[in-house]
Amino acid sequence: MNINIFRHEFRSRLKSVVIWSVALTFLIVFFFSIFPAFSADAKLMNEALAKFPPALRAAFSMENMDLSTVLGFYGFIFLFVQLCLAIQASNYGFGLVSIEENEMTADFLLSKPVSRAQVLTSKLLAALACLTLTNLVVWVSSFVAINLFRNGNDYESSTLIKVLLSIIIFQLFFLCVGLVISQLVKRIRSVTPYSLGLAFGSYIVNAFSGVFKDVKLEYITPFKHLDPTYIVQNGAYNMPLVLINVIVTLIALAASYWLYLRRDVSAVS
Amino acid sequence: MNIIEVDHLTKYYGKSRGIVDVSFTEVEGEIFGFIGPNGAGKSTTIRLLLSLIHPTSGSAMVFGKDVVTHGPEIRQHIGYLPSDVFYYEGMKVIDLLKYSASFYKGDSTKRMKELSELMELDLNRRISDLSYGNKKKVGIVQGLLHSPKLLFLDEPTAGLDPLMQHKFFDLIREENARGVTVFFSSHILGEVQRLCTRVGIIREGKIVEISNIRALQQNNYKKVSVTADGLNMADFELPGVTNLQTEDHMVHFFFKGDINTVLKKLSGIQVADVTIEEPTLEEIFMHYYE
Repeated sequence: MNINIFRHEFRSRLKSVVIWSVALTFLIVFFFSIFPAFSADAKLMNEALAKFPPALRAAFSMENMDLSTVLGFYGFIFLFVQLCLAIQASNYGFGLVSIEENEMTADFLLSKPVSRAQVLTSKLLAALACLTLTNLVVWVSSFVAINLFRNGNDYESSTLIKVLLSIIIFQLFFLCVGLVISQLVKRIRSVTPYSLGLAFGSYIVNAFSGVFKDVKLEYITPFKHLDPTYIVQNGAYNMPLVLINVIVTLIALAASYWLYLRRDVSAVS
Repeated sequence: MNIIEVDHLTKYYGKSRGIVDVSFTEVEGEIFGFIGPNGAGKSTTIRLLLSLIHPTSGSAMVFGKDVVTHGPEIRQHIGYLPSDVFYYEGMKVIDLLKYSASFYKGDSTKRMKELSELMELDLNRRISDLSYGNKKKVGIVQGLLHSPKLLFLDEPTAGLDPLMQHKFFDLIREENARGVTVFFSSHILGEVQRLCTRVGIIREGKIVEISNIRALQQNNYKKVSVTADGLNMADFELPGVTNLQTEDHMVHFFFKGDINTVLKKLSGIQVADVTIEEPTLEEIFMHYYE
């Protein structure tokens, strides 16, 4: 780890962290502020939901959802929080080394007396620090929003904590998978299409895995691995799927190091 | 002591050639010129020595250490000025230089100030607001601020105005006088001749010639053009003349050897115009390929 690289990387992402954090806070607080309306007419709401086509409910992971409870409603919001977190983490993952190569600053950094492993570790830790900041903001705004608008309804705080603890695993997946893909493709000219592709792709796969029950799509998407509705209903993680998620992350991480240490930093082309 | 030792170094980018079987050495305190046309493999060689890229086969040592396994230690004492300079656009010059300095042992603040003043670099401007020439100056300062023992200059003068080029050459000579070894890559023969003691010529990825700069000049062809009425081609068929051509009232040829023989011959002719030039690099290369 090189503290200079860490500081540089962290600073360069600070603005992005602030923007994502503000956006997520607004998303959580505003979305949850309509909870009282839902809980007041809980019965009506669930009846209305039941009338939606099953495929549609599955697509939004609403089939087992009880929007009248605090965590049931929170789980519904959390899907969108996850989507934002996925885009942010993929952005950092895809851009971690590719932006530097695209803007030709990799020459500057790698001609300094630091090893490739140090460079990658410092960059990863800086990105992780940025993601953790966003993560903390989600924690705080979730607790604040729930306690402001729960309208006297009770909830299991240990379950909420379990949902929130899943964030870091979720973020690391997109960070590491983005990083490894960025090194497998020849050159990334712009990060955004890739990160949106990975994040929305995983989200859509999750939606379809609900629609086609027979096809086991849940194995490949972190939205299913760390499905908030599942955690809320069972008060526990779906351990086999979480394990798959962690293993994929670790493989992506190891592969990233392997590739980066052997990488040719191409000159201006 | 050999500062750089390159041993049968080969680099292919997939199927396309980088360099093939390149070997040379550079001793301490030398200014080694590395000339070749664009795409010959000059940058590839430097990037291999900095381990920005990895060799396909062969090996290279800098300061007696293998570049692949001892990269970070070696780079502690290397200054690198790339041919195209790119820096973090959002940063201020001073922040970039401090970032650069933070990687090296010791305090480089004083040297940084000295160099910036010498190169007339405004430290408070943003990188994105700088012209190409000014970015190049940033490159020079960041390449030298940690007082490296070995300098890699990859076509360093591109983008610098003549006055700055002059200052830059003085700076490099000063550094060299302090014992700094310089590896100078360029496609401009003239600047290599001004600065270097020894040169390597690279073409299409292969070393064509490594020689003393003086030997190269003595060996070198001059390009002679003579304009006069009633020229007789046979007059110029001297030993050392090649590529003899005439058109209208002009004669062109390449000459290799003692230039006085040509001058003596010319003194007997009433000439309208005479030019004796350094051949261009391409013309030299043509001769290396004959």
